[in-house]
Amino acid sequence: MGEFKVHRVRFFDYMPTAIRAMAFNAHTERLALARMDGSVEIFNFTDHYFQEKVIPGKDSRSIESLCWVGGRLFSAGLNGEIAEYDLENLRPKYSLEAYGGPIWTIISNTQGTQLAIGCEDGTVKLFEVLEEHIQFERNLDRQKGRIISLSWHPSGTHIAAGMMDMIRVFDVPTGHAVQRLLVDRGFGGSKSRETVVWSVAFLSDHTVVSGDSAGKVQVWDGHTGTLVKTHLVTKWDVLALSVSKDESSVVAGTSEGTVIQFQFIAPTLHQQQDKEWVRTRTFKNHTHDVRALAEIETAIVSGGMDTHLVVRPLLEKFDEKSHASGLRKIHFPHVIANNINLSCAKKAGLLLFQFPGQLELWRLGDSDEHGKPGDRLPLKRKPEKLLLLKRKGEDHICCSALSSCGGWLAYSTVSSVRIYRLQTDNNNISITKVSKLPKALHSAHQLCFSSDSSKMFAASSQSSVLVIALTQSECKYVHTLKPKSGSRQPIHLMTTSGDGKWLAAANSDCEIHVYNLQKLKLHCIVPVYGSCPSAMGIHPTTNNMTVVHADQQLFEYSIVEKQYTDWSRKLQKQGLHNVWLDRDTPVTHVTFNSKNPNQVVLHDMHMFCIIDQMFIHPCPCHNGLIGFSGLFYNQMTLRSLSEQERPSHLHAFKICKTFQVSLLFLASLLDDQSLVVVERPLLAITSQLPAPVRQKKFAT
Amino acid sequence: MATLFEGFTLCGLVQTSSASDSAIQGIELDGDSDHAVVTDSTRAVTLYKVSDQKPLGSWTVKQGQLLTCPAVFNFQTKEYVVVSDNKVIRVWKEEDLNLDKAFKATVSADVWRVHSAPGGELVVLFQRGAVRLLDSLLSAPQQPIEGILSEKEVIRWSTNIVAEKQHFVLFTTEQRGEHFLYVQRLNPNTLQKYRLEREDSGASPLSFSASLRDKHINLLYLYPNGCVYQSVVAVRGPVGLEGVQALPRSLRLRLPVGEGELGAASAVALDEAHVAVVGMPHPSARTGKDFLCIWNTNFQTLQAGKEMVGRIRGQVWCYLGKLFVPHGKALSVIPYECQKSSLASALGKLRHPGIAVSKSSVAIPSWNTLLHGDQPQGPTKIVDTRKSKLRRKSQSAPALTVDQVLELIKTGPVEEVRREVEALVSRGDAQDLQLSVGRLACQLVARSQVETAFYAPGALARLVQTQCLCHSMCPDLLLLALEHKDYFLCQLCLQLFPDIPEVVTCACLKTFIGVPDGDVEMVSLEPDSVSFMEGLVAAGARGGQQNGFSPPLFEDSCDPHHQPKPPQHQDKKNPTLQLEVCPVGLHKAVLLNEVLQTPYSDNLLVPHLKDLNAPQVILFLQYLQFIYLKYSQDVYTQTPVLRSPTMTQIIDWVCLLLDAHFTVLVMAPDAKGLLSNLQSFVKSQVKLFSELGKIEGSLQELHKMKPSKDISQYSIEVIELF
Repeated sequence: MGEFKVHRVRFFDYMPTAIRAMAFNAHTERLALARMDGSVEIFNFTDHYFQEKVIPGKDSRSIESLCWVGGRLFSAGLNGEIAEYDLENLRPKYSLEAYGGPIWTIISNTQGTQLAIGCEDGTVKLFEVLEEHIQFERNLDRQKGRIISLSWHPSGTHIAAGMMDMIRVFDVPTGHAVQRLLVDRGFGGSKSRETVVWSVAFLSDHTVVSGDSAGKVQVWDGHTGTLVKTHLVTKWDVLALSVSKDESSVVAGTSEGTVIQFQFIAPTLHQQQDKEWVRTRTFKNHTHDVRALAEIETAIVSGGMDTHLVVRPLLEKFDEKSHASGLRKIHFPHVIANNINLSCAKKAGLLLFQFPGQLELWRLGDSDEHGKPGDRLPLKRKPEKLLLLKRKGEDHICCSALSSCGGWLAYSTVSSVRIYRLQTDNNNISITKVSKLPKALHSAHQLCFSSDSSKMFAASSQSSVLVIALTQSECKYVHTLKPKSGSRQPIHLMTTSGDGKWLAAANSDCEIHVYNLQKLKLHCIVPVYGSCPSAMGIHPTTNNMTVVHADQQLFEYSIVEKQYTDWSRKLQKQGLHNVWLDRDTPVTHVTFNSKNPNQVVLHDMHMFCIIDQMFIHPCPCHNGLIGFSGLFYNQMTLRSLSEQERPSHLHAFKICKTFQVSLLFLASLLDDQSLVVVERPLLAITSQLPAPVRQKKFAT
Repeated sequence: MATLFEGFTLCGLVQTSSASDSAIQGIELDGDSDHAVVTDSTRAVTLYKVSDQKPLGSWTVKQGQLLTCPAVFNFQTKEYVVVSDNKVIRVWKEEDLNLDKAFKATVSADVWRVHSAPGGELVVLFQRGAVRLLDSLLSAPQQPIEGILSEKEVIRWSTNIVAEKQHFVLFTTEQRGEHFLYVQRLNPNTLQKYRLEREDSGASPLSFSASLRDKHINLLYLYPNGCVYQSVVAVRGPVGLEGVQALPRSLRLRLPVGEGELGAASAVALDEAHVAVVGMPHPSARTGKDFLCIWNTNFQTLQAGKEMVGRIRGQVWCYLGKLFVPHGKALSVIPYECQKSSLASALGKLRHPGIAVSKSSVAIPSWNTLLHGDQPQGPTKIVDTRKSKLRRKSQSAPALTVDQVLELIKTGPVEEVRREVEALVSRGDAQDLQLSVGRLACQLVARSQVETAFYAPGALARLVQTQCLCHSMCPDLLLLALEHKDYFLCQLCLQLFPDIPEVVTCACLKTFIGVPDGDVEMVSLEPDSVSFMEGLVAAGARGGQQNGFSPPLFEDSCDPHHQPKPPQHQDKKNPTLQLEVCPVGLHKAVLLNEVLQTPYSDNLLVPHLKDLNAPQVILFLQYLQFIYLKYSQDVYTQTPVLRSPTMTQIIDWVCLLLDAHFTVLVMAPDAKGLLSNLQSFVKSQVKLFSELGKIEGSLQELHKMKPSKDISQYSIEVIELF
């Protein structure tokens, strides 16, 4: 099909931060995940674990614990504040000082009427959940020593609190501590160190399960306060516990990176009545501390210091091997793909990298040489870091954009938007901040420039898009594009057409609105598909929009005709190949080959693919059809075939997995047949992690 | 493992006139753990401080009076008690200087012993079997003493044991060749009489030793034929059983006794697995019976041995980790240590064999032990022999038992012996196999030694192949095989025995080197090792032509291993040729390989290596050089063989030989070329290691360089898509 020049960029040293806390909302099947930098991510487990939303972090915020109350999300942290999040505007709604010192944990009762927090000063504070707010209700009896973990009995009458060297059980109506369960210290040298009860779980039969820093998972009788069973699972700490919904299973995460499952089963076949907690399985998917755990219906979700989110399906819950029964490791937040922008102006490829605290602007290298496939070309010019722009204020950068001419740069935090004018002549670069911004532009979920750099679009609240006109001297508010559906969800994808006529915006309700920019009004709504769009792009010449969804489905929609194209209909009729559908990371970018209008370039974390609409679609129904084998060969296999065999195996999906490392970004440069690939090797991330806990291996 | 430490002399002994009498009547403990009260055979009682080897006090009775019982210490009143002239009990304290002024009391009957134990009262045992507490006896010294034993019955040995606040006096008697054990319980007083099983030879036990373990009294006794039996009596035994019970026994150990029977010997149990025996021959030293040995009864292995100079009187006492042995003109104190062998616990052999496993059922698996494991059996079962006898009778299989085979070995022809042994071994169960295999092998060897015409190679090989045998169980086996030139058996023994002493290894080596090649080539040896050696020799022969280039020297010597010539007669002009030809025959080389792989400790081996003469040493060195060369050649690819000498073993043996014979080799003109070759080996080895060191360094550098090389920050590449 052709040769491509690929710029392999590996200097984007993005480092995901460690996962600190997790909360699963079984009702909406959303997982909320808090990282060390204070950011919160929402994953939709009904939609292929797609990361729907990200609430950017803040310097002063640290989250120790997350908690869902209905559809509302609360967090508490060591800064002593409780915060509720506005999931529509992706920002904290309000935060409340609890006046108890650092907060270690926050939980809610099953009825969703009360919140309890555990504080450094030894108090358990109860808050009443009101319609729009929460209000302090009372303290339970104050204890000596910090409250590390809490668990509410399902009936709501009792709370178990994990502390230093002990567990307390409180009677909620009276507020008195009714039980005191003393937790043993570790052996040997750790005898003198206090045992921290990192996690407790209160089951409906009044069993208390605890995990502590001496490496024990202990089962207690909450009525009598007696120890029923001790499982010594690790030499290090047991950091997290999670109970399945039916309370038949408890998982424990340890500092060794293992997740250990305990099940409430009869130890022998004969006595099915006498059940006890038995250690059953050990999963080792992490190299570092497992800090957060959730046992959901069919899987165990774990995360920790090594920054990966792992979804480990419980195979006994699946009848057959399927897509859902495979292990899923999410190494990067999916939206990280939005953190990279490319401008291709004046043959000088500019790359903008967005970090939570800064922006980096790089110029790509260059080479005049031509080479054979597989060659590495000598560089005429090395890549160059042109600019490092540190953000102002405490809030982390949530989005950024670079205009395609390379003259404008914009970024937004939850509190402000900043636009800069860039001037590059030869090797000098100058940057000037645009001082006067329209009042309406105070925050944006997404930013995007029109292709001729005359306008900037900012995704605002309630799926609306602000249109800002840019001129040399000033920037001016033009219009607010509002969807007809009245959706309140934030926009997570935005793209403009090459001729500057169309703007498409996708929101978390899976709606894609197409606006006519000349008329400044809604043009059409793409038929809503059940899965969230993960990437989309408008073809520069045909104005056909290619949309890829989280479930890997691919559509091509003609904006002008307001309907799916014939190619798309045919594709849907024949069905996509299983090899394509079974991939486990979503497509994060769609671009087009300017030389060949038939080619769409898309990529996910592990591969990139050029879809050539002129070739036959690889589908089982085409088996043995004139000159096509029906096999879904990737490029590596095709290369190994002989010249004669190859034509019969060619198909439309040209999948290239040459880049074995995590592929974060791919775009085609407009000027020639060249691609830019930004890679982030996982090895580079693991090498930057702190050393894992020492484990005795054989002969060491 | 058990260890005997360096001993020291506590005191000298007076030589007694008669050979059987000992100079010492008894050694008892004092209140102080470092003290020992030694009573000599005539008139004196001496208190020693053991660690200082010096007497603290000595008491004697008047001339004409005689001490008839060892002095004991009363732990409650801190007084010493002794009996003189059978009837006079004397009690004194350490401060008292004169024994004549001490308290005396004359009793109405002859006293056999006074017994004392920490935590128990003193007990007096009369010669007619009656037992009294000393306190009650002294309150009325002239009280009548009943006779319990019959007319001709005499006490041979006695002891007392305190268990669970229950005080026992045990004594054995002899009456017309029969031996009985009496167990007298005090408070309430009950007496139980047991009959010891008769030994076939009718001999009397040489010594007894009793110990308390797991609420059972274990009685250990040694017979002159070297058998050590153990019997178990329950502490809470059945009370009121009338009559004489038979006391079942189990064979714990069969000691090699050498020629004749043991004369003055004694065995004492050290712990549940170890027995100290004094007055027996050492298996590897052939002369004299004056050794002190520690045996492991679980594995039937000798753990430690020590020669005692001078005549042994068959006495040994064991107190607090020290063995007291009178020998020659001295009383020696030898500290010992017994560690629990970890292998024993791993194999589950460290067990307390139930009493049901007695002599006649050695080869038959006991259903009781099979079905119920080795649960400690209830006291009723322990002495309940009628049932177990019945059981034993019903179990006896049609095939011959071990005892029957042993009888057969004494007289039967070779072929029949082989067949029966084979049958026995193939059906024997693993638990008892070890014991019976040892007995069979000893019996076979014994007969072969007596009857020169009798030699059963097949049976012996089968026994060795069970892997239950080791050298210390049957020390004469390997030497016998050497004597009969049974090289196959020698090879088996070298392969399978873990404990061959260095002297025997050396004897094998000497024989193997000395034997003419023709003799060995006919012998069939273990095929695996032969094929290994064939491969090794052939590798060299092929190697000449392998690269399409064969030096003219090789064409002269075709088939080097079919016409092996001693290198001394080889053409000396061609040193390289000389190196390529195996200096010994194929089978001889196989046997030498076995010697190379035998475990040894070099300090012990070197003195014995000096026995080899110069031509033997040179030949052996040439052979070692040959296989060293083969190993270092590229053409030789190591074939996976179970047993082949390693490079390290070869080098070690070269070093050992050079250590032992360095001066001889330097002087010998024949060895000159050999030594210079060996020196070049050393040089090449040193060079090899320095090169390896360099490679290691470079590889480490590569390792460091790798990440920076692999991940460059930026590149432009060309790819092609189809």
